[in-house]
Amino acid sequence: MSSVAQQALVPPINLGVVRWIGFQTIVIREYSRIIRIWGQTIVPSAVTAILYFVIFGSLIGRRIGAMGGFEYLQYIAPGLIMMAVITNSYSNVVSSFFGAKFGKHVEEMLVSPLPSWVIVAGYAAGGVVRGLLVGFSVTVVSLVFTHLHVHHVVVIVAAVLLTSITFALGGFLNAVFAKNFDQVSWIPTFVLTPLTYLGGVFYSVTLLPGWAQTLSYANPILHMVNAFRFGFLGVSDVNLGVAFALMIAAALVLFTTAVVLMERGTGIRE
Amino acid sequence: MNALSVRGLTKTYKNGVQALKGVDLEVERGDFFALLGPNGAGKTTLIGIVTSLVNKSGGEASVFGYDIDRDLEAAKACIGVVPQEINFNMFETPHTIVVNQAGFYGIARSVARQRAEKYLKQLQLWDKRDKMSRGLSGGMKRRLMIARALMHEPRLLILDEPTAGVDIEIRRSMWEFVREINARGTTIILTTHYLEEAETLCRNIAIIDDGRIVERDRMSSLLRRLHTETFVLNLRNSLSAAPKLDGYISMLVDDHTLEVEVSKDQNLNDIFSRLTTLGIEVLSMRNKVNRLEEIFMRLVEGRGAAGETRAPARPELRGAEVAVAPAVRRHGGQTT
Ligand SMILES: Nc1ncnc2c1ncn2[C@@H]1O[C@H](COP(=O)(O)OP(=O)(O)OP(=O)(O)O)[C@@H](O)[C@H]1O
Ligand SMILES: [Mg+2]
Repeated sequence: MSSVAQQALVPPINLGVVRWIGFQTIVIREYSRIIRIWGQTIVPSAVTAILYFVIFGSLIGRRIGAMGGFEYLQYIAPGLIMMAVITNSYSNVVSSFFGAKFGKHVEEMLVSPLPSWVIVAGYAAGGVVRGLLVGFSVTVVSLVFTHLHVHHVVVIVAAVLLTSITFALGGFLNAVFAKNFDQVSWIPTFVLTPLTYLGGVFYSVTLLPGWAQTLSYANPILHMVNAFRFGFLGVSDVNLGVAFALMIAAALVLFTTAVVLMERGTGIRE
Repeated sequence: MNALSVRGLTKTYKNGVQALKGVDLEVERGDFFALLGPNGAGKTTLIGIVTSLVNKSGGEASVFGYDIDRDLEAAKACIGVVPQEINFNMFETPHTIVVNQAGFYGIARSVARQRAEKYLKQLQLWDKRDKMSRGLSGGMKRRLMIARALMHEPRLLILDEPTAGVDIEIRRSMWEFVREINARGTTIILTTHYLEEAETLCRNIAIIDDGRIVERDRMSSLLRRLHTETFVLNLRNSLSAAPKLDGYISMLVDDHTLEVEVSKDQNLNDIFSRLTTLGIEVLSMRNKVNRLEEIFMRLVEGRGAAGETRAPARPELRGAEVAVAPAVRRHGGQTT
């Protein structure tokens, strides 16, 4: 009896359970953060989307006419959704993880038994949650202005998930290296936004001169946006196989890099 | 199997500071262990390595037999740590903070909520549970970190200056509290600058100085080794020079205060009878510093002038302040 009771005091640790509950906890914590500061996390992208739809749809769009064989608004809607997913997945992780470093509460996770890969996965999932929440709200906004027809739902889901995961992981790496708040906003402003604008959100790259087209294909966002658009419209400027291979490779490389950096303690451990 | 076992641990920070220079330390299961040392001695660094907040440069450490290189996850699952500096999210509520922390240790949320109630109540934070933790007072923030460290009911609880900045009443209730936890089987390692606290609570002690363990003993044997004690006598009439007390070291601190060092083979009756003969009236008397402080200062002071350069920088280090004073005075004061 007593030896049974004693053993009960020190139950064997089931690391699988610890990891799973730990992962969920990080995601719940991220979700609460997104909801707590919804004015900063959800609203801005929805408002921006409304502006784009009003300006391009009602004002300029009518004069542009068709793009890729579709009404202009219909053509840019998937791009605008993707733009919101990219920005929000990235910025959620970069600001939340940098905030955790800055406020030192990252230590709560570092002292816990959670291995690095669970922490990285948890934050990435948090970024995906925000990316999808905002992506969904932009989709709802877009439905007010145009109709979206679904060509291939699996492609839509796969493209949005992979893109979201990739940029969430990118945000994680940014946070690992960032030493101050300037370095948190640097990449989104000077790298992500230009690449997104040049990534075929607003136009088909077939409209560009040859050299610009070639250059555009080096932009990963072009592939992501086009894969996603294919899911709705059935048209794409890029090869879908290449696009998905690229997204999967990017996600894997970024995930591995993030885990290795966490293991080494880069930016978080002395 | 020991709760903590550390072998040849070294740490050199990137800026070249050698914080640990080969530390060996064993803490037995169930112990209440004091890890003492002056500012910058390496206590927090040692704790940081064990809890994987700091990468070690060399050596080994294991927790309940789990090596931190080979079985890091299992080792960390055994530890609860209350860090020296506040490290929770100021924008979260105490309830969220402790429930999430339990989650990081794999405690299901339903269980975590029950424990949150238990520990937040025990640490008198229950009525603050849904307030943003930024608004807690300094002492409440420390208590919140204690509650957080207990959520997964660790086998080893490491407290890095848990009572810094905590008022005397709460400090005493915290002592009661950690004593109970220890009595129920949790091993506790405590660092503190209030040596009285270590003396009351701890059974074993290590003193670390400049990255090396300079003393490791049972608290009782260490205290027994103290050969002399210094008493401070309050005099009715003023004196201009210390009276001549053969065989005793005495020193006049000011014209109404006399300090006398008394060793184990001497006695107070003798001093009083001599003072009476000299017509000196003693109004009151107290121990100069507590006994552990006396030993601590001798060990740490052994490195020459270092004692003076290491005067505590932070105002809350009352214990150490008292202890540093005699070192400074002993060099500069007038002695007979
Ligand atoms: N992050 C760091 N980078 C460089 N040096 C550090 C770092 N942290 C601590 N040190 C140095 O390492 C030494 C040991 O510091 P540590 O914090 O372990 O001391 P401590 O015993 O906890 O002191 P205290 O009683 O003041 O808390 C000190 O000289 C300190 O300046
Ligand atoms: Mg310290």
